[in-house]
Amino acid sequence: MKRSEGSTVGGVAPPEEPTKQRLSLRVNGAEKQLDVAPWTTLLDLLRETLDLTGTKKGCDHGQCGACTVLVDGQRINSCLTLAIMKDGCEVTTVEGLARGDALHPVQEAFIEQDAFQCGYCTPGQICSAVGMLAEGHARTDDDIREQMSGNLCRCGAYPHILAAIQQARRTSAKGEGT
Amino acid sequence: MTTPSTQLGRPVNRVDGRAKVTGEARYAGEFNVPGLLYGQVVSSTIARGRIKSIDASEALRLPGVLRVFTHENRPSLPWFDRKYRDDDAPSGSPFRPLHNDKVVYSGQPVALVVAETFELARHAASLVRIEYKPDSHETDLRAQRKKAYAPRQGKDGFEPPPKPWGHADKALDKAAVKVDAEYETPVEHHNPMEPHASTVIHEDDGTLTIYDKTQGVLNSQTYVCNVFDLPKEQVRVRSPFVGGAFGSGLRPQYQLFLAVLAARELKRSVRVTLTREQMFTFGHRPATLQRVALGASADGTLEALIHEAVSETSSFEDYIEVLVNWGSMLYRCDNVRADYKVAALDCYTPIDMRAPGAAIGVYALESAMDELAHALRMDPIALRLKNYSERDQNKDKPYSSKELRACYQQGAERFGWARRNPEPRSMREGHELVGWGMATGIWDAMQQPASAKAVLGLDGRLVVSSATADIGTGTYTVMTQIAADTLGLPIESVTFKLGDSSLPMAPLEGGSWTVASVGSAVKEACEKLREQLVTFARKTKGSPLAGVGAEEVVFAEGQLRNASDPSRAVSIVEAMRLGGVTHLEEQTSAVPSPKQQAYTRCVHSAVFAEVKVDEALGTVRVTRVVSAVAGGRVLNPKTARSQVMGGVVWGISMALHEETALDHTLGRFMNHNYAEYHVPVNADVRDIDVIFVDEDDTVVNPLGAKGLGEIGIVGVAAAVANAVFHATGRRVRGLPITLDKLL
Ligand code: FES
Ligand code: FES
Repeated sequence: MKRSEGSTVGGVAPPEEPTKQRLSLRVNGAEKQLDVAPWTTLLDLLRETLDLTGTKKGCDHGQCGACTVLVDGQRINSCLTLAIMKDGCEVTTVEGLARGDALHPVQEAFIEQDAFQCGYCTPGQICSAVGMLAEGHARTDDDIREQMSGNLCRCGAYPHILAAIQQARRTSAKGEGT
Repeated sequence: MTTPSTQLGRPVNRVDGRAKVTGEARYAGEFNVPGLLYGQVVSSTIARGRIKSIDASEALRLPGVLRVFTHENRPSLPWFDRKYRDDDAPSGSPFRPLHNDKVVYSGQPVALVVAETFELARHAASLVRIEYKPDSHETDLRAQRKKAYAPRQGKDGFEPPPKPWGHADKALDKAAVKVDAEYETPVEHHNPMEPHASTVIHEDDGTLTIYDKTQGVLNSQTYVCNVFDLPKEQVRVRSPFVGGAFGSGLRPQYQLFLAVLAARELKRSVRVTLTREQMFTFGHRPATLQRVALGASADGTLEALIHEAVSETSSFEDYIEVLVNWGSMLYRCDNVRADYKVAALDCYTPIDMRAPGAAIGVYALESAMDELAHALRMDPIALRLKNYSERDQNKDKPYSSKELRACYQQGAERFGWARRNPEPRSMREGHELVGWGMATGIWDAMQQPASAKAVLGLDGRLVVSSATADIGTGTYTVMTQIAADTLGLPIESVTFKLGDSSLPMAPLEGGSWTVASVGSAVKEACEKLREQLVTFARKTKGSPLAGVGAEEVVFAEGQLRNASDPSRAVSIVEAMRLGGVTHLEEQTSAVPSPKQQAYTRCVHSAVFAEVKVDEALGTVRVTRVVSAVAGGRVLNPKTARSQVMGGVVWGISMALHEETALDHTLGRFMNHNYAEYHVPVNADVRDIDVIFVDEDDTVVNPLGAKGLGEIGIVGVAAAVANAVFHATGRRVRGLPITLDKLL
């Protein structure tokens, strides 16, 4: 039997679509007022509504780190975050790290050290690295490896990701000195 | 006259690096257009049987849900198998999504829900009720082993096992020292970080622009045109960036079919992105059972070499890969027998995965070689050198180049192999046993026909293009280098375009042949531009190069110069003006030279690994790997190193982490997510040292370069397994080596 394509079948009332709620966010420095359904994650809001596709979806389950963004300076998995939970927050994505043409030192270092191949995990790695350096708990190479282990890279760029973070740390240390 | 190379061999940063670190690079599922619809796939929950009924009424009642496509309401489509075949299809009858009520594997797409938003599509998909009439299924390779058969051939590039020579079984019986063991490798899934996705943009005139996750835009285009009966002009497939593929993008996957189907029926733009769980539903590295038996005389001379493998395939296609041919290529032996069979399971057809065949075949072979070295009380490298092959015995041909001895030597030196105590369990550090192991790697160095176009403008910019892909391999960068090098231009003056079916023909991006194939075409196209420019500069009156011999002209820094008097020069732009042209264009096709046929062309490696094994807990860490590669001319040491390093990480992963577990009762892959399907994280990967040994090859292709995408993984799992044996005295013959196997 062919299925009917109508939108009302039988006598049962259609399940409610969730009502949207007003949300204000500051995204990469710009104020946004948005009407968002409660089931929308911050990740999908960024990618589908704001067209900020730099933040990636690798699993949608908090298992890969591809969706890492900075919320009020802290790195989080945006796929595990409902957008409405972040009302009034400041969100920085990979698109918001450079200052005009000048790349962030971590971005520069990723290019220089060839810390990626396909590039799909890269925005998450970079945001995670920026967040990790700000946390200030990584003293040794092993600390960096450990604290970057929430970000999978299937291309296997890990040794170069480590090298890039070391480079970025050196350049920012120098920058602070001058 | 040939200009000395200025761009090749330089560690140039990736030309697409900026796009990737700023988030500007858009992948298949990231092209947003107004009015885009979202498709969510509903996957079967049984492995074999029939669909009794589908009730989509609840889903369809939701405002914003447009349609639920199933086999019951799909439009009529071609009947013949050949319409569904693609460039990487093995023999058989290709899978057709929504074809009929038959379910042939668990996770099979059985419906597509299309809605106005992603969340709505996902929710609606959960409301589609499907009733099945299950049949019994078989997903256990061991159980099906008895039914294994010699596969039908007909997959592009497949080499059947060599015909036996000598009397391998008799020689094995008589050998002074022998090993005879079975090795087992599990199902693995590619799991690129980017899930498979297709965005189909439906233009007003009905033409389709499709952003597809693929390793071959032309393959996807042909597939869509055949299946939906469309002329090529109406279908353009693009994939400017691919978030990893490793073979999973070699065949058009079902999200492409479903997105096109929906877009055509609804006359709207549609995107279908698979979930991570669904990334386990369309092809994988096949599970294998392999027997390797080696016999040797007391001095280590190989007397018998037997390699038999049973590998899985699906009920509808004969997936094949080169598993058992490598031993008799690497080692000289008078008595050889190789056998390769497949057994059909109720799973999807396997698909090529990084170094298909070699990754697992060489694992078994090189583990057995280590077992033999141990039985002979011989150093593992010495055993390999003793039986080193100067010729490929399978084909009775010489190698176009083979600097494998240098790999052993330089790798061993860098690793400190000479300090190894051969006795197992002889090295320890605190509570950890330390082990050192090594293995050999080998992969083909192939070239395929390919085309490229080069266009030079009066602004001095060169645009080169070919319908190839960059799946993280560095294609954009290396092609830019080749073009810049040929015309003596700075990298910044060159743009390379790829991932667009409207560009000149390129083969699938796989098999490690892209540099050899597309690179040769790029070089030829740019050489033709050179010839034109040289003619303009020499033949025009008043030109500083008028009358200079063609061989005397070199290209450097954007100029044509007289080699013996560099002050006589014209810029490339000036030369175009002299010729009275506003732009120059050349398109060429590069085909492999017939002289290649006289040689076997391979890339080789020697891999050394150090492991530390916690004696009480059985946990294994790979603390150090040295991979020495003989890969011909290295065009970009930076991206080349990344390629090999990534391959080594894959090898570590294969040795210690990766395995897709089947529940045979359900006939289903169970650990279909990143939490339970283990791939290494940063903390699992320590020092990886990559060495490229000098290797000169004038046969393999005009660039003398061998592809490096595959070789990095080959041999690594064996080196790690051999190191685990050296550390613990325990020989684990099934991957991955998890702690339960060591306790
Ligand atoms: S997409 Fe958020 S962790 Fe994977
Ligand atoms: S660069 Fe491809 S996944 Fe990390």
